[in-house]
Amino acid sequence: MSNWFLALIQAALFVIFAPLFAGWVKRVKCWLQNRRPPSLLQPYQDLRRLLSKQVVMSVDASAVFRVAPYIVAAATLLAAVVVPLIADNLPTTAIADVIVLAGFFALARFFLALAGMDIGTAFGGMGSSREMTISALAEPAMLMAVFTLAMVASSTNLSTVIHYVLTDGMVLRPSLLFALLSMLLVGIAETGRIPVDNPATHLELTMIHEAMILEYSGRHLALIEWAAQLKLMIYSVLIINIFFPWGIASEFNWVMLGTAILAITAKLMVLGAVLAISETVMAKMRLFRVTTFLVLALTLALIGLLSHIVLEIH
Amino acid sequence: MLTQLPIYQQAILTLSAMILFTSFALLAQSRVVSIIHAFAWQGAMVALTTALVAYDTGLHHLYISAFLTLALKALFIPWLLHRLVRQLGLLRELHTVEHPVMTMMIATSLVIFCYYVAQPIEQFSETITRNTIAISMSVILLGMLMLISRNKAVSQVVGFMSLENGLFFAAISATHGMPMVVELGIAFDVLIAAVIFGVFFFHIRDSFDSLDVSQLHRLSESDE
Repeated sequence: MSNWFLALIQAALFVIFAPLFAGWVKRVKCWLQNRRPPSLLQPYQDLRRLLSKQVVMSVDASAVFRVAPYIVAAATLLAAVVVPLIADNLPTTAIADVIVLAGFFALARFFLALAGMDIGTAFGGMGSSREMTISALAEPAMLMAVFTLAMVASSTNLSTVIHYVLTDGMVLRPSLLFALLSMLLVGIAETGRIPVDNPATHLELTMIHEAMILEYSGRHLALIEWAAQLKLMIYSVLIINIFFPWGIASEFNWVMLGTAILAITAKLMVLGAVLAISETVMAKMRLFRVTTFLVLALTLALIGLLSHIVLEIH
Repeated sequence: MLTQLPIYQQAILTLSAMILFTSFALLAQSRVVSIIHAFAWQGAMVALTTALVAYDTGLHHLYISAFLTLALKALFIPWLLHRLVRQLGLLRELHTVEHPVMTMMIATSLVIFCYYVAQPIEQFSETITRNTIAISMSVILLGMLMLISRNKAVSQVVGFMSLENGLFFAAISATHGMPMVVELGIAFDVLIAAVIFGVFFFHIRDSFDSLDVSQLHRLSESDE
């Protein structure tokens, strides 16, 4: 019973701290670019402002357009429940594995793309088409990296994988190294960060995510933005907890849980800073270069898989 | 199992995976400068792996091989190629890969083929490097693939040199290196080859106004 309670708390932590993480990335970026950063709580204030505003909707909007934000938010929330944040063998993580996680993201993306096309504006359709192109390339790379993990740990279940990496100790595994690099690239592409997409603007012709949600307003927009922040946090936590799980709580007492919260906070701050640095030094790439970027991710994952078979099985 | 190996043996395995990655990078790169840089990285990693194998086995002559590889493959030849490319004015040129996806798929199947071929050999060996035999064979075959998939002279030369990297790596991983005399001979051969290739670049360009090897068919006798 207390395990379920802990799982609920963990999901709540995801929900509450996702905007804060997005705010932290923005803050580090501002520091690096010599700008004055907004308050760390700015994303919360944005969400509150959007929630209090009236929803303006096109007369041509169908039911898909209306339900899409709720489905997107619900699917992302379910994905967050599956990912271990502070403790690794919770009942919720035992229910679903990492392939289900990819499925939740695919479901959210599918409805977002539908909603983008629903109104019939030029931007929405363009954004949907681009998003689907990128996801068609990113998903195989992500699954290949996941298969590498699954072969190393003999399981696709996240908490089993984390447990395996934890008991393995400090080992230099070529397969995990390449899977990590691949996951970083896929994460950047899937969460729509620079160099694939620019999250800071909706005034560019090259935008992808923002083009799809251009027609949304009010609480619908708040839900979608919050889901995007949650997705960024999920990917970050996924990368951190699979490849650097040290500090995660495997028994549920106050000391271990406290350590786990401190550890994950520190690691998220580091990863957010790394993301901000990479976004500052890189320019957004041409849409047609994204293919190369994602083929690189796929190749990295493939080499990870091959090097596991060739080098690590004795 | 991997967890019981000391850290430098784990590093040997990781480095060999990274050598394989540089081979893939060589196949996929289109900028001349990036090709040369990837080649230099490959040389540096082969040298580092050799040094680690030398430390692991206690064979001191391998340190000399490692040093030779570092000096020639990672520093001198890339520097020479870079200088040549600059003199030829090709520094920013793109050598487009003809069928990138097809090349990658062939490359992947070559690696799997090498693994399949090397598996029986690996069973007779007890050394830590027995698993890297398949990787070194893949580097050789990927070098050959680069030779046939590119049609510009500079990329072909890099492919040839990377093939030689693979041969050297195979020697290290299968038998802990060739005899010193042979190794020195090969090192100087490669050095001379690089210099001669440089001269050839200028000759090819003077005759054809291009380094595109596909134009060499103009050499046929019907031209006379």
